Amino acid sequence: MRATMTPQELADRFVQKFGSLVSDVRVQERCEGVKKLPQKTVWMTIPRETINEAIAELISIDYPHLGVIAASDNGDMIDLLYHLQVFFGGKHEEISVVFTVQVPKSDPRVSTISGLIPGAVYSEREKQDMMGVTVDGIPDARRIFLPDDFPENVYPWRKDEKGIPQSMVKELWKIDRPTDRPVPPVKELEPVLKKEPEPDDPSAGGAAE
Amino acid sequence: MSGKNAPYELPIGPIHPSLKEPVNFTFKMNGEVIEKVDFSPGRSHRGIEWMGMRRNPVQILHLCDRICGICGVAHALVFAQAVETIADVNVPDRAYYVRTIIAEFERIQSHLLWAGVAAHELGFDTLFYLAWQIREESVDVIEYITGNRVNYGIMMVGGTRRDITPDMFPRLEQALQYYEGLFEKMVNLFLNDKTIAMRCKNTGILTKRRALELATVGPTSRASGLAMDVRVDSPYAAYGDLDIDIILPEVYSSETIGDVYDRIVVRIFEVKQSIDIIRQCMKQMPEGPVLAEEKYAKLLLNLKKASGETFARVEAPRGEDMHYLRMNGKQEAPEMWKVKASTYSNQMAWVEILQGEQIADIPIIVASIDPCMSCTDRVAVVNQEGDAGILTKEYLHRLSVEKTRRMEL
Repeated sequence: MRATMTPQELADRFVQKFGSLVSDVRVQERCEGVKKLPQKTVWMTIPRETINEAIAELISIDYPHLGVIAASDNGDMIDLLYHLQVFFGGKHEEISVVFTVQVPKSDPRVSTISGLIPGAVYSEREKQDMMGVTVDGIPDARRIFLPDDFPENVYPWRKDEKGIPQSMVKELWKIDRPTDRPVPPVKELEPVLKKEPEPDDPSAGGAAE
Repeated sequence: MSGKNAPYELPIGPIHPSLKEPVNFTFKMNGEVIEKVDFSPGRSHRGIEWMGMRRNPVQILHLCDRICGICGVAHALVFAQAVETIADVNVPDRAYYVRTIIAEFERIQSHLLWAGVAAHELGFDTLFYLAWQIREESVDVIEYITGNRVNYGIMMVGGTRRDITPDMFPRLEQALQYYEGLFEKMVNLFLNDKTIAMRCKNTGILTKRRALELATVGPTSRASGLAMDVRVDSPYAAYGDLDIDIILPEVYSSETIGDVYDRIVVRIFEVKQSIDIIRQCMKQMPEGPVLAEEKYAKLLLNLKKASGETFARVEAPRGEDMHYLRMNGKQEAPEMWKVKASTYSNQMAWVEILQGEQIADIPIIVASIDPCMSCTDRVAVVNQEGDAGILTKEYLHRLSVEKTRRMEL
């Protein structure tokens, strides 16, 4: 058995190490099923300069699995939420750690964590695409989900003027027949007259024998 | 740009009908050997998150059903869990069991679908037909429970929309026995077959270390020996009440290599595990209702007032699915909704596992992480003069079949 810790111990370790840099520490438990076994989560807010140190500290505890980096438009700030898990593999021992990093919209930059967790590049590229957060030092800065002809400076997850403008939204139910082309000459169908069955003609067709 | 000398550039894709991430591959080839891999997903990004942020949670739930055609219940389940956490909905215990049973039948059908596709990619079409034929039974049971073969529409915030009553158990048991009876045969066909072993052993290797660093999930990481399964690690629904272990390749092979073969082992044995889980659920299922709030208007009113942020995770057939949700209590639609599907995490592994392999191995290696298939539908080879030669999927498939034949000689 490897050494694990409780969510509170994990939170305390970060508070001890980073002091006042760590804020809004929450330990959350969510229980499901009849036995109500807890799913444990530690939420922490840290400054953007500290993200790599915080992840390095987590790696010194146990190499984490990076679920995803989520992002949310919070008015003046953009919240980046690094969802990580440690202590998986045992039975019900896993602890999820969420680092919230706030970056101002006036300077939406954060440094990459791909030096520590190479798999993070995928999620970081998505944040550049969708939220317009510049990830400094990202090894691959190309677009990932948005097409190449997608306009610059439009970020689908933003709630401000950089979000998707109404002009880009197609309301399918509003779309009617195009007006810039002639109406197709569709004639009214003529009623098809049923042909009277021909009287039996032994010379016409029949089974090929 | 590809020059006259090696390495040549070989683009593959982007045709990928069923997932959010259809993929365009670019391979740098040196003869038959892949030197470098690059891929670009997003070819049919539907903006589901954007749509979700303009809808109420019950509408999103049904949108979730349509994120993936195969894991139809996983996304709806994980979204329901996230909403329930924020709004503090008390889900009846019986609903956890109904959710678990459907999720496990979904795993059976997804793994069998994958097994069939894998067999097809190797040129073993009789096995492909067999796998898809027996998959029908699980799809039939899902239809029997939910009314639909795909897009089940059974999840609801606060429980499920339909119950699984004891009089339905015989039909479920019949399906489980059907699969139990076939299990030995499947193991024999997939794992003791000379052709499959030749093509899959030591092909597309992902080491445990890299599986961890690249943040892979599900059967892909487990096949590399990385013990990780949300059902066991952070139990949700009824999984905490059940006796389950993480399936690693050790269950069958003596050593874990992390190759395509190990991925088959993990998936085949997870089918057996699912049978066991469903049995346990049917035995332990508590009595009671399956839905916390039956009046949707009342439910929506409560959800509108809910505020907070959370995330939820489930183990979908392909690995961890995760939704992050933030609601502000002012509007019906969530303030932020982020969906992370399992292939999202597994795609980075492609770059690793395709390197150094051959063109003919591309189909099976790409398939081995179980993305939604048909990545390799069309391959365009463009030479320097700009002439485009199209390699069809049939051609690629034939290459793969020919490789199998060569190895058998």
